[in-house]
Amino acid sequence: MEERKEMITADKLAYNYIKYDEEGREKEKIRAVDGVSFEVEKGDFVAILGHNGSGKSTLAKHINALLTPSEGTLWVNGMDTSDEKNLWDVRQSAGMVFQNPDNQIIGTIVEEDVGFGPENMGVPTKEIWERVEESLKAVNMLKYRHHSPNKLSGGQKQRVAIAGVVAMHPKCIVLDEPTAMLDPNGRKEVIRAVRALNQVEEITVILITHYMEEVIYANKVLVMDDGKVVMQGTPREIFSQVETLKSYRLDVPQATLLAWELKQAGLDLPDGILTREELVEALCRLY
Amino acid sequence: MIRDITLGQYYPADSILHKLDPRVKLVATITFLVALFLINSWIGYLVATVFLVSVIRLSKVPFRFIVRGLKTIFIILLITLVFNLFLTPGDRVLVQIWKLKITDRGLHTAIFMAIRLIYLIIGSSLMTLTTTPNDLTDGLETLLGPLKKLHVPVHEVSMMMSIALRFIPILLEETDKIMKAQIARGADFEHGNLIQRAKNLVPLLVPLFISAFRRANDLAMAMEARCYRGGEGRTKMKPLIYTGKDYCAYGILLLFLAAIIAVRVLL
Repeated sequence: MEERKEMITADKLAYNYIKYDEEGREKEKIRAVDGVSFEVEKGDFVAILGHNGSGKSTLAKHINALLTPSEGTLWVNGMDTSDEKNLWDVRQSAGMVFQNPDNQIIGTIVEEDVGFGPENMGVPTKEIWERVEESLKAVNMLKYRHHSPNKLSGGQKQRVAIAGVVAMHPKCIVLDEPTAMLDPNGRKEVIRAVRALNQVEEITVILITHYMEEVIYANKVLVMDDGKVVMQGTPREIFSQVETLKSYRLDVPQATLLAWELKQAGLDLPDGILTREELVEALCRLY
Repeated sequence: MIRDITLGQYYPADSILHKLDPRVKLVATITFLVALFLINSWIGYLVATVFLVSVIRLSKVPFRFIVRGLKTIFIILLITLVFNLFLTPGDRVLVQIWKLKITDRGLHTAIFMAIRLIYLIIGSSLMTLTTTPNDLTDGLETLLGPLKKLHVPVHEVSMMMSIALRFIPILLEETDKIMKAQIARGADFEHGNLIQRAKNLVPLLVPLFISAFRRANDLAMAMEARCYRGGEGRTKMKPLIYTGKDYCAYGILLLFLAAIIAVRVLL
């Protein structure tokens, strides 16, 4: 197979949720994703931002072939997701982590849960153990391998769920608001684990979130609104357009907001400041 | 904490019985139960007692944990005892109180039945005390494997059982949460007669069911996302493999059964 650069390609992807009335007739059509085109390259860290109901979760489910497009096409690692025979290969190459950690852990012991994916794929027993060990190590949860998931904190559970996906040796991981139900510490743990996977294991990451602080680590950001991709670019490019973001009911990181306000007040600051450190440095340079 | 509850009555200890293959323990329990019904003499019971006592010693489970299982059948035990004692006809009347008489045969059967019941419970609780619920489902799945040919969904049932086991503590915690939320809104779960109390449970059950369905939906999606497609073509992370001690246990079991049959046939 030829080495391709792009991991995911979406071409005018659209998806309709159809509501039926009691007689099974089509009552209402809701267009959750509306003609979205984008490309994700291998090793990318892509963040998808959007307000509730902007279609970002629906889009995520397409990448794992849990949903297939109503219109347009989506290729994952060169495979068309609407082709039934690619289904299991697509799901193996694009792992998915969901929002609620309790509802995605199947095993009663941490290591058994991590082994669930490889078991389903028919990996030989000896290799399952190797994979379980290396993926628990990758998310720094190896010492909890014999614990019951019920006794772990939210951040730890979510890292177990990530390990469960990593054990399937995916090319790409889609995380659908993995930190939405966690406390700030758990959020940090999870994001650290995700970044490590992206940088060390070179797994393509697609992170769906509405925490702006998590977005600054991405190398590409997609902003969705009403089923469409309305902005695309690096975090710096996106966050320098504070007013546009506000019109999509999205916030910007605190440091960025402060820098923007200061600039409005007449200070000569550069655009797209992301972190507190950058802001301090820029302010120091002024005087 | 509600999440710390142990399911079933598993007693964690480091004994040879805990380490045995769950299939061996399942087969052994069934064999023991069958053997109990084959016994018809005191010598037979002696053999069974020696076997049971040595297994209890090997299991390292404290005796009071084993006896605890008997509490639940105490009433049944009492009824069996009384009925057998007074209602069995016999040749010699030992004691007569008004119209009720205790005969020698009655005394004999009553004691026999009582011992049988007690051993039955002890035998089966020994299995659940030394095997985790998960190991049990695993063992059942492999033992019932041949039924797959008859289109019995063995894998699916055991998968359902282990998922249910995993979600019991989660749903318990959720019940607790909803209960507190409803009490805070003025719900009353403690007063009134039985019917009223049952009615009061409705505001607890409705949200619990809704959330359980939502969880089931999420879990199904998560399982699908991780390539779950039923038992076909699935490998096992912890396959059940017999080792020396399991064959040894089967040998001892066979000896025990042979002894029981010998006692029945010869005496």
